[in-house]
Amino acid sequence: MTQAEVDDTLKRIQEHKGVQGYLIINSDGIPIRSSLDASVTQQYAALIKSLSDKARSTIREMDPSNELLFFRMRTKKHEILVAPDKEYTMIVLQATDAS
Amino acid sequence: MDIQYVYTKKRSEFGRQVHFTDRSVEIIADIQPNPELIKEYISRNPVEVAVQNAREFSEHWVNTVRFETENRGINHVEGGWPKDVNPLEPDQTSRFRKKTEKEDGYGRAILSLGQSIEHTIRQNNAIDIYENYFEHLEPDVVEEAPYAKTINIYRDPHNIRRTANHISWYADGPRKLAVSYCNLEFQSATSDSFIDSYIWDIENPTKPELYLKPISPLVCIEFNPKDTHQLAGGCYNGQVCIFDTRKGSTAVEQSLIENSHRDPAYKTVWLQSKSGTEFFSASTDGKVLWWDTRKLSEPVETLILDIEKKGRLENALGAMSLEYEPTLPTKFMVGTEQGRIISCNRKGKNDAEKIGSVFPGHWGPVYALQRHPNFTKNFLSVGDWTVRIWSEELRDDCIMWTKPSMHALTDAQWSPTRSSIFYTSKMDGTLDVWDILFKQNEPTLSIQVVDEPLHCLRVQETQGRLIACGSQNGTVTLVEVSDNLCVQGKSEKALVTGMFDRETRRAKILEARVRAKRDARAKSAQGEKGEKATGEVAPGETELREADPIEKAEKDFWKIIEEEKRKRDRKVVADDEKPAAETGAVIEEEGAATTTA
Repeated sequence: MTQAEVDDTLKRIQEHKGVQGYLIINSDGIPIRSSLDASVTQQYAALIKSLSDKARSTIREMDPSNELLFFRMRTKKHEILVAPDKEYTMIVLQATDAS
Repeated sequence: MDIQYVYTKKRSEFGRQVHFTDRSVEIIADIQPNPELIKEYISRNPVEVAVQNAREFSEHWVNTVRFETENRGINHVEGGWPKDVNPLEPDQTSRFRKKTEKEDGYGRAILSLGQSIEHTIRQNNAIDIYENYFEHLEPDVVEEAPYAKTINIYRDPHNIRRTANHISWYADGPRKLAVSYCNLEFQSATSDSFIDSYIWDIENPTKPELYLKPISPLVCIEFNPKDTHQLAGGCYNGQVCIFDTRKGSTAVEQSLIENSHRDPAYKTVWLQSKSGTEFFSASTDGKVLWWDTRKLSEPVETLILDIEKKGRLENALGAMSLEYEPTLPTKFMVGTEQGRIISCNRKGKNDAEKIGSVFPGHWGPVYALQRHPNFTKNFLSVGDWTVRIWSEELRDDCIMWTKPSMHALTDAQWSPTRSSIFYTSKMDGTLDVWDILFKQNEPTLSIQVVDEPLHCLRVQETQGRLIACGSQNGTVTLVEVSDNLCVQGKSEKALVTGMFDRETRRAKILEARVRAKRDARAKSAQGEKGEKATGEVAPGETELREADPIEKAEKDFWKIIEEEKRKRDRKVVADDEKPAAETGAVIEEEGAATTTA
């Protein structure tokens, strides 16, 4: 688990077709790492964090033994992929009309 | 039969306890049976009686009091950082980030998250699960009756009722409407101290998004298509002013009153220019003025609408409507108060050259004028209870027209998407949809929008689906029309071209005939003068006699009457002498028999 490995993973994600950017936020919603500009990062971090918290609580409510692992949102302009974890959340924006 | 029994009682005994007592039988009335009446009875067999064994229901409507809503927002600021980190200090935040990245769980978490993210990205790239397979297929044209529905109603929040005179759609998508409110009734506007106009957000009918506070009521308002924050307005006192939605309610710029119109500036239209700062305005004072927003103190150019081309203001026609098509940047048209339509060219060096052809127009003010969005040669005009469609090639007559309507027409506009459709608004509050390919004698669809007169309408340009209508009491209604009224059919454009061409040709032939007749008449009149001198009868004379159809018709009429009279007289005489005539006939027959024998 070296720094290089992490960088490698992120770089690989970034190079996939249609990927517009990624950001990693911590459990407080603070952007740790981002490939987007500051104001967009800020917005995504704040809004997605509250959404993913809500989603997680919804899943737990329905079945306490269940756990939210991943969700994606399809929008007109792109798809937002969100992978929440206990400590960190990774968000990737991917263009829908990648072709 | 009248049966009545009168009894009297003292007032003081009213309401007292009653005492019933026995009394002997007494006949008040005795009705004897009438055996005659039994004959009038008709027994009915079978008897049908409807009985309902269920509760009766009735339907009622009630309008609830309008619920006023309001939009509010909260602005969040960055937060969530640990106490010892100041989010405004880049050093501290980056140090915090570095520290987090070095944490134990971070790398592991990112690697596992990255894996699942990558999986999804690959999935997305491998197959588009949202792909629409039949996108390239033409949608089936569903034959359904055209309809329209009211989406929203924007009421003037102010108590004094004013007419919504002019509407302008926001140039950048159907989100906002600028509406100018002004009381145009003669001499009633003086006491009107409330002169604001509004910009409405179409989603929010409860409160205008912006109040526009001009110096004098706005008669018209127009969004600048180049700069969507800017609006040009024409005031009741003749001034023109510029509003900027970013700079608040008051006009940012206005023309000097001594350089402005002398009558209400009825129309302002933005010009197609590089800078997007030029517009022109027209008024019933007979002038068209060009303006530049950068220097609004005086007009850039002036045109006096004197169709005799002498440039005299006292002979000028008052302008009621303006037409400007951005694809023909030097041309424009003016609809006048006197009914004429003037086609002008701004390129002309002087007023006389600028005024081009004059169309006879209407028998009253021309309230609306618009070129066809696809066929700029053709245009429509509204006035004297009819809509007329004109062709630029024909200056004497229109090529198509509607029959006079029961209620005066106030505005009209072509559908921006469908070539054959135009919309008209009427004084009885209806919005009519005309499809000239479908029916020419009556509208395809008539929508009762409000119960008061409609004064203006504006179709949203890009989709042609939304129509805003302004009424006399200042209510703006947003109407949405069905798909088949805004999606162009395959061959529609060609059919409409064909129709316009055909009608133009027809009108041309008629015009040529009228001209030929007129020429012949003029010639024959000249010829007659010559004949009198020579005393010769020429074929021209018969033509001249023909030329007076009223006299001829009168003569014919009397001739027929005389004939009928004579016929009737003869009939009466014949009836009187019938027996004699019969014997005569017998004799005649006999005579005939003898001759045949």
